[in-house]
Amino acid sequence: MDRMKICRLVAAFVTTLTLSAPVLAQQSDAEKEIERYRAMINDPMANPGYLAVDRGEALWATKRGAKNVSLEGCDLGEGAGKLEGAFAKLPRFFKDADRVMDLEQRLLWCMQKVQELDTTDVLKRRFGGPGVESDMQDLVAFIANKSNGMKYQPQITHPKEQEMLAVGEALFHRRAGVNDFSCTTCHGEDARRIRLQALPNFSKPGKDAQDTMGSWPTYRVSQSQLRTMQHRLWDCYRQMRHPIPEYGSDGITALTVYMVTMGAGGEITVPSIKR
Amino acid sequence: MKKILLAACLTAISGTAFAQQTVKADAATVDRYVQSMWAKASPEWKARVVQDETQAECSVARNNPSPAQFEKITAREKAAVVFPADGKVLGDWKSGAKVANTGTGGQFSDGPGTYIGGNCYACHQMAPAELSFGTLGPSLTGYGKARNFSAEEAKAAYAKIYNAQSVMACSQMPRFGHNKFLTEQQIKDVTAFLFDPDSPVNK
Repeated sequence: MDRMKICRLVAAFVTTLTLSAPVLAQQSDAEKEIERYRAMINDPMANPGYLAVDRGEALWATKRGAKNVSLEGCDLGEGAGKLEGAFAKLPRFFKDADRVMDLEQRLLWCMQKVQELDTTDVLKRRFGGPGVESDMQDLVAFIANKSNGMKYQPQITHPKEQEMLAVGEALFHRRAGVNDFSCTTCHGEDARRIRLQALPNFSKPGKDAQDTMGSWPTYRVSQSQLRTMQHRLWDCYRQMRHPIPEYGSDGITALTVYMVTMGAGGEITVPSIKR
Repeated sequence: MKKILLAACLTAISGTAFAQQTVKADAATVDRYVQSMWAKASPEWKARVVQDETQAECSVARNNPSPAQFEKITAREKAAVVFPADGKVLGDWKSGAKVANTGTGGQFSDGPGTYIGGNCYACHQMAPAELSFGTLGPSLTGYGKARNFSAEEAKAAYAKIYNAQSVMACSQMPRFGHNKFLTEQQIKDVTAFLFDPDSPVNK
């Protein structure tokens, strides 16, 4: 018997031991309830995330900054002002900045270079909250929505894009902190849960990563906010007991490059709505 | 040997599909990104992203250490386990239930003085009445009972909670005592939650 065969047997045995029949029944009941809740809130006509899309559309066309121009001169990778499909190819390398950028880094760059806008206030409001609207959240919702129905096409041809992917994979597995956590602790295996929360497996390409990346940005019911991947990863590091990661830092972009690569081919349907 | 095989199996099953896809980033490059990502963190917080030897080795090995590495890490971690000076590993199971059920503490969103819990239920099933349990770790329902409430097994459980890698290198479980995340008393209490015949874990 080869090693993998033994492994499968051990796994099957352990699974049988740990998941006795009544436990399985409890789990499927709980999961059915969660599924029902998901279906109930997943109604585009009642998704407040679309308010963010509308605000983002207005912001995109608003003249601001020392140059008093709109963001319509901003090139998100497909040409100045071209929004359709831009999100599906982000993050990517931008020659003018000589850097790989995700959507949020690129928007900040455009605000600074195209509009000559002082981004201090925009950065202060990077994450919205009660009574605080976030330009970044609104713009991401609007722009990502313009890739709806398209599939993620990770850009990993330029050497700097390749470096981002390799670093993202390393960061994904990098254990540190008071709990020895890395991203793999929660997202390294199929069909696992924290409490009752199902955990997608991002350690391999496929459906979990496709479904997840295809549904961000999302409207978080529990937070009453449209949230972007920058916020989601900020929240992951919070739960990992790591320090606050810098907004728009290259480490977050590297992780995003890694995750869109795992989610390649995933269809974009955003903003979605989640608990 | 059995333990090594099981560990090797667990990591083999979890898969390393990405491995063949790309060249690995070198340590200096990864560190550059780490430094910039936490450039503005305070010195105390920044210290958290500095890896110790075991964290670094398990990260590079993608939690799939070679048999030799497995032995080396496990031996090192085992030597670092500190047992209670009074020799007692069993505390109060009711306090242990609170530690097991509490997931606060240690996060940058936690205010000063926030109670630090072990959050055992995030990953393990424990008392059968608690339905909200995770599945990252094995079920611990009936843990003490299944081991005949043996004193030796209780000591082994204390060591495992104190430092899971003293039993299995690159285990995903936090080294609660080793990293000083939980106090000695909290670990005693959780051990009692697993081993007290009156604990709901064993009902």
